[in-house]
Order: sequence, then C-alpha cells, then structure tokens
Amino acid sequence: MSFLRVSWLVFRKDLTVEVRSFEILATSIFFAVSAVLFFAVAFVQEGRALDGAAPGILWIAVAFAGTLALGRTFERERQAETLQALLLAPADRPAIYVGKLLGIVTLLVTTEVVLLPLIAYLFQAPLFARAGWLAAVLLAGTVGYCAVGTLFAAMLVRVRSRDVLLPVLLYPITIPVIIAGVRATSVLLEPELDVAMIRFWLSLMAAYDVVFITLALWSFEPLMTE
Amino acid sequence: MSDPSGAGELDTLVVEGLARHFGRRRAVSQVSFACRRGSIVGLLGPNGAGKSTLLAMLATLLRPTSGTIRYGSLATIAGGAGRTGATAADLRRRIGMLGHDLFLYPDLTARENLAFFAALYGAGDARRAAHRALERAALADRGDDPVSSFSRGMRQRVALERALIQDPPLLLLDEPFTGLDDRSVAALMRRLSGLREDGRILLVATHDLDLVEGLFDEAVFLRDGRVVELASQPRALRALYQGVMARGRS
Amino acid sequence: MSKWFFPASVACALMFAVSPILIANAPFESTMGLVQKISYYHMPSAWIFLIAAVVCGVASVRYLFGGGARHDRVAWAAAELVVLFGAMALVTGPLWARKAWGVWWQWDVRLTASLMGWMVAVAYILVRKYGGPGSDKLGAGLALFGMANVPFVYVSVNYWRTIHPKTTVVPTLPLSMGIPFWFSFAAFLLLFILLLRMRVRLEEQRAELDAVYLSLE
Repeated sequence: MSFLRVSWLVFRKDLTVEVRSFEILATSIFFAVSAVLFFAVAFVQEGRALDGAAPGILWIAVAFAGTLALGRTFERERQAETLQALLLAPADRPAIYVGKLLGIVTLLVTTEVVLLPLIAYLFQAPLFARAGWLAAVLLAGTVGYCAVGTLFAAMLVRVRSRDVLLPVLLYPITIPVIIAGVRATSVLLEPELDVAMIRFWLSLMAAYDVVFITLALWSFEPLMTE
Repeated sequence: MSDPSGAGELDTLVVEGLARHFGRRRAVSQVSFACRRGSIVGLLGPNGAGKSTLLAMLATLLRPTSGTIRYGSLATIAGGAGRTGATAADLRRRIGMLGHDLFLYPDLTARENLAFFAALYGAGDARRAAHRALERAALADRGDDPVSSFSRGMRQRVALERALIQDPPLLLLDEPFTGLDDRSVAALMRRLSGLREDGRILLVATHDLDLVEGLFDEAVFLRDGRVVELASQPRALRALYQGVMARGRS
Repeated sequence: MSKWFFPASVACALMFAVSPILIANAPFESTMGLVQKISYYHMPSAWIFLIAAVVCGVASVRYLFGGGARHDRVAWAAAELVVLFGAMALVTGPLWARKAWGVWWQWDVRLTASLMGWMVAVAYILVRKYGGPGSDKLGAGLALFGMANVPFVYVSVNYWRTIHPKTTVVPTLPLSMGIPFWFSFAAFLLLFILLLRMRVRLEEQRAELDAVYLSLE
C-alpha cells in the first residue's frame, strides 16, 4: 500500500462526506464572512477603509475559519471513533495525516475564494491586481497553518476540552506564518510591486511549510500512540 | 473464507501479566489468559472492569504498561520493550476489531464505508470486496443508503463486515450485542459461530451474560481490571457469573 | 531531598539579599543613568528564561522519542520556570524601555520572539493542567513545535526593525559593572536550578505516591 494512495483514499473519503452535507464548508464560510463584516463595521468609516487593514483582516478570518474547520473535521472522526478505525488499518500513519491535511487545505482555500472578493470590495483593496502572487501567498500560508493544525487537532481528539485547547496550541505556533502572510499580502497591495520583498516572504513561508510538515510526519506516530 | 490470511502464524493468543495504568487508575492489572484458534473467548465483567482497555491493547491501539501479548509466532508486544516480530502493519492486518462505537462514517453509504476500508487494507478490487461484504451482511439491496438511515441491527452487521474486510484470523468485539433485538442477537451469534468454524480466534467483551450463554468456549471474568475467574466450561457460566458478581459486592 | 539542597537554598537567598547592595554601588551608566540598573535583573532573568526553554524543549523531544517519564517531569517543571522567568524579563524590560525608548513595548524581534516563547510555555501549562489523560504527549508536541518556531519568529520579525541592545555588550562591561552583573546572573541560575530540582522532585513524589496507591489494592 503506497503512502500516496492512503493519503488519496483518506482525502477522497473526507471530500465525499463533506460534499454530502457541506456542513463544514457552509459553517466556516458563514463564520469567516461574519468576522469580515464585524471588521467592516468597526474599521470602515464614511466609506473609507482604514489604510492597510485588508491583509490583517483577511488572515484573521482565515485563521479563525481554519480553527473551526479543523475542530469540525476531527469531531467527525470522533463521533463513531472512526479515527481509531483509521489507526487500526495497516497503513502508514503519516499518510493518514497527509490525507486529512489535504482535505482541510481544500476546505480553507475554498473559504478564501469566497472571502477575497468580499474583502476587496468592503476595504477597497486591489486584491486581484496580482492574482497569481496572491494565490501563491495564500496557498503557502494556508498549508503551513493547516500542517500544524491538523497534527494538534488529531491529537486533541482524545482530550476532553479539545475545543478550547486547539486555539491555545495552534495560535502561538502559527504566528510566524500569519505574520508572513499579512506582510506578503501588504506588499502585494502596494502601488509598486517589490518583487524581492514578496520573494522573501514567500520563501520564508515555504521554508516554514517544509519544516513543519516534516516535523509533523516525523512525530505523528509517537504522538498518536497512547 | 476457510483459510484466513496468516492463520498459520496465529494459532494462539497468549496474554501474560498484562497491565495498563492511567496515572493512579488501574484500568487493567495482571491479566493472563490464552486463546486457541477456532474458539470464542468471552471477556465478562461489569462496566468499567477494563474490558475495553484490554481489547485496545490487543488491537495495538494502546501500549501496555507492563506484561506481554504473544500473537502466536507472529509478533510479541511487551510493556516497556515494545513490539518484536512482524511489522506494525503486518500485525494490524491480522486483527479485526469491532469497537464499542461502530467505526463507520454515518454520512457515507454502507458500500462506500466498506469500499473505503477495503482499499485502506490494500484490497485489489475494493468495490468487489465491498459487494461481497454487503452480501454477507444480507444488505445488498440497502448498500447505497447512508449508514445513518440504518437500524441498530443493520449498522452492527455492516460494522462486523467492516471488521472482517481483510479476513483477519483474530477478531476482537467490544459489546457487540448492545442494543440489538432478539432476532439480531440470534443472527450475530450464528455469524460468530461460523467465524469460529473458520478457525479464527474471537474475543467478545460483554457485560450481559443473558444474551450469550452457550456461545463461549471459554470465559475470562474481569472485575476492577483483574481476572477473578477463568472458566473453560461453557455450561454453568451463569451461576459462576452470579457468584463472581456477588463476591464483588460483599 | 538531596544534601546540597538546603545549603544551596540559603546561599541563593543570601545572594539575592546582597545583590541590591552590589548593584547600588555599581557606577551609573553614562547615558541611561539610574534606569540602566534594572538590567542587572532583566538580563539574568531573560537568559534563564532562554535556558529553561531549551531544557523544556530538549526534555520534551527525548520524552517523545522513547525516553521515560523522567524527561516528561523535567519538561513540565522547566515549562513552569519559562513562564516564571519569562514574566520577570517581560515586566522588567518595559520598565527600562519606557525610559530608554519612550514606549513600553516595541514589536522588535527579541521582544516578539520572547513573547511568543512565553506564550508557548503558558499554552504548555494550560494543556497539562486542563488536558487530562494524554496531555503529556500534547505538551511534548507543543514544545517540539515551539522550538522549531523560534528561528521563524526571528527571521520574520527581524525584517521589520531591531532596536533592542545587543547582548554582545556583556563581555565589554567594565569590571565595576561586570561583577554585579555576573553575581546576579549566578544568583538567578542557582534559583533556577533549585526551583527545577524542587519541582521535578514534587512530580517524582507524586509518581511514587501513584505507584504506592496502585500497589496497595
């Protein structure tokens, strides 16, 4: 049984479950949109948005929606103890992690696609002016955030107070990737594109992704055995 | 189905001095017993006696604090020292488990559930494996309905076939009779007897002896994580059980 | 408790009692004046904060990869000391910064990284306290990722601005300032070792008590 095949099976299974109800996607999008609307009420006055607010608001909404999606995804695996069933299978356990990670990244990227036009309109931010770069920044940041989140959410399945502990574990660790995401998005909104700067932030995020996914793959097995 | 994979290497399951502590709580302590292939061993005891913890250790989901589990000549797990012999994957492939919860995705259909797990266990043709499993569960006509629309008895049948999807020589069942009506209990008992005839080792944890008298070849009585009685006489289990329970109360 | 513990505790108390006198007698720094004296406590607590974080991280990784419960106890004890010494550094720092920079806080790389590290330790304690069974592994995972996080915090924040004084000034200190500095560092280090030993010992006794309790039945 190859590693990638197990990941693919888990990913496809998660997608099938989600497509049947759209529960996680619908609630995450609703949550993220509500957060953005709150920010709009607070920071847009007389039709003028606060300068430089858009990148921060985008990433805060992504982080919050991500926490929600992570919690719900693993709540689903807990309901009928199916996470135990996955761990019982003679498959590579890190491959199961990768499958879950792919599913959550897909959910969050879809949420971002809905958020972008809303933020661009409400905060008068030219987010689509450099769409290619923005896509790269969002993907790199989302993967890094979810890489840490998937590992901790999986571990929290067997812990009682998992809902409150997920943000407690996740936020201090993912601050650099959120900083990099906010900075990189700000660079993209400048009238003149500073390519060197955007390259720097992107490579920082890529390095973060590589290091944290490697660490997660390496520690998933010992962390998941009780 | 007559020759479960790896059955040759799994003639016996021997547990010696097995213990698992959670901090100050002793979930399982000094448990020893042995099972042969072609037998059904009952793990009996009230709720909280340590049956589920014991099964989780046998399923490799939980590490023992001390003691050993010997899976025939295939592998050995020792508390502290870890596993020797077969790889974790090879060992897990030979263990089927039906947990207290169903281990099924309620939003997926029975067919999707079975096909997913068949593929995860490395079946060449997962669709065919799922189809055969559905036939064995006598649910071929309901295969494309979501599991959440099933009755408890139907779910349990799918869950059992899921646990058997890779044809394991060792089958662990945690309270499989809970919530079933009389007909489903009778059907499940017939199915389990059939699996015994195939030469498997079955371990069935239950707290309800009324339902399963006559099914077990041997019985291990647990109370507060310890073995209080080992019985190899399938008859008179009830009297023994009542005796054990009464002793515990006094 | 080991034989050295009581005399060492007394020595540590004496050192802390004497240190204000040494610090008071040290010369005033030319540009900062009186405020600079806070660095005699600020820098040692910040260094111990770092040492405790490294102890916690290393012990966690060793626990995660097959080490015994001993490593876990050290990690937990060290995490609590990260919070304690980190709090000292994070309180004394702004007191100085208000005078030197005119603001209480700057999003400077050292400050941000310290705050992040301190938050990871607080998260560690929250997890251990409220996580229930299995929280030992969670804590170890958090410490592992927290350690890996440090360089990223550094690089990302460094791209803004750094105004925090460099620690390379320490070896160049004149003797009159170096002696009180190293003296208080020694006092803080001793305090750290004593507290760590005491805290680990507490957990050891708790484990022993559990073992006794288990064997009683």
